[in-house]
Amino acid sequence: MKFNTNSNAYTIVYASIMVIIVAFLLAFISSVLKSTQEANVANDKRSQILAALNLRDVENVEQKYNETILKALVVNVEGEVIDSVGGFDVESKMITAKNDHDKKLPLYVAKVGADTLYVVPLFGRGLWGGISGYLALKKDLNTVYGCNYTHESETAGLGARIVELEFQQKFTDKQAHADTAFTAVALGMKKKVENPKTEVDMITGATLTCDGMDAMFKTSLSPYKKYFIANHK
Amino acid sequence: MSLFSKRNKEVLTAPLNLDNPVVSQVLGICSALAVTSQLEPSIVMGLSVTVITAFANVIISLLRNTIPSRIRIIIQLVVVATLVTIVSQMLKAYAYDVSVQLSVYVGLIISNCILMGRLEAFAMMNGPWESFLDGIGSGLGYAWVLVVVGFVRELLGAASLLGHEIPFISESDFFHNGMMTMPAMALIICGCVIWAHRAYNDREKK
Repeated sequence: MKFNTNSNAYTIVYASIMVIIVAFLLAFISSVLKSTQEANVANDKRSQILAALNLRDVENVEQKYNETILKALVVNVEGEVIDSVGGFDVESKMITAKNDHDKKLPLYVAKVGADTLYVVPLFGRGLWGGISGYLALKKDLNTVYGCNYTHESETAGLGARIVELEFQQKFTDKQAHADTAFTAVALGMKKKVENPKTEVDMITGATLTCDGMDAMFKTSLSPYKKYFIANHK
Repeated sequence: MSLFSKRNKEVLTAPLNLDNPVVSQVLGICSALAVTSQLEPSIVMGLSVTVITAFANVIISLLRNTIPSRIRIIIQLVVVATLVTIVSQMLKAYAYDVSVQLSVYVGLIISNCILMGRLEAFAMMNGPWESFLDGIGSGLGYAWVLVVVGFVRELLGAASLLGHEIPFISESDFFHNGMMTMPAMALIICGCVIWAHRAYNDREKK
């Protein structure tokens, strides 16, 4: 039997069958691989949190994470702990919710050596796309212990340098707030550093990425203010 | 007809040299510039394109007598897009680091001119086996250019290869050339490859 491959009916039926086959195929593959992909994403997140605690190039990320992170709390802007276990699974859109009172803020409590450390997530915008990271604070909830940043698509060699260890180490021992009353977030990036206790020198040629970083510290840390005031030691 | 007749060998090897998609036909340049700042993504991208071109060629070649000519480009696109999505999902599941590095460029394989060019120019008119060889040849022709550019850019830009630092030369500032990590240098290196390729082939002709 020979079809007229140029007839309208043939074309429509051909296209429909094609689309149905492809849809089933893709749906099948996606559902088979979903759990592996989600495990990869979760592991990547764990290794970023560990990197903020200066634990880099870890062999078994999941094991090390479970040993290091004692609790993953969720707090709200009022400084109250609303969930004492679910911090890891809070979606980023809940952390960055527009309305302050809708925010669910994860806070990871870690133990490295004898130190108790607190890790908070950071979300901001760089030049070409999102930037994010984790900031580890000492138990005074003010002194930076370590940090880790990632970006979606900053310029290679300029803005993309925020992922480099050498750059991230510049934040160690900075103060996140100007005073212990936590009135305002002071950690930031400046072209001309006036207060070396809280400011880090910008990367030359990456002004917009660094401005984005500067804003990221302010918007990501300020919702924790009440928790910090109530819990710093 | 034997599997590796003279014509089939030519189908496989011509894109590696004289009919190279990147350096002769100047196709697939945009991804060649974007992913070659390091060697590893260059290799993965080259292999992904090879696999996708080969299989898309085979599928289109099998379907070639049934495809309504008015929607043939759409059918080709659907086949390529399906294969690309499968590869992208596989990378996310089994090579997560690489998939993060390649990010949007895997998706952009769909718009890689080499694929549509080979489907329309070759697979629509030839049998599945020839089309498979043509896909492998074109893909590898694209891959070797990417590997050369990636090699030079990673070596001179970061003093490392495949992410491993090269002990002796990494102390020299010459090998930390930030320019090399930018797409503009990929274009210049591509130009150098085309130059060397032309010069070599012109001498062979004489």
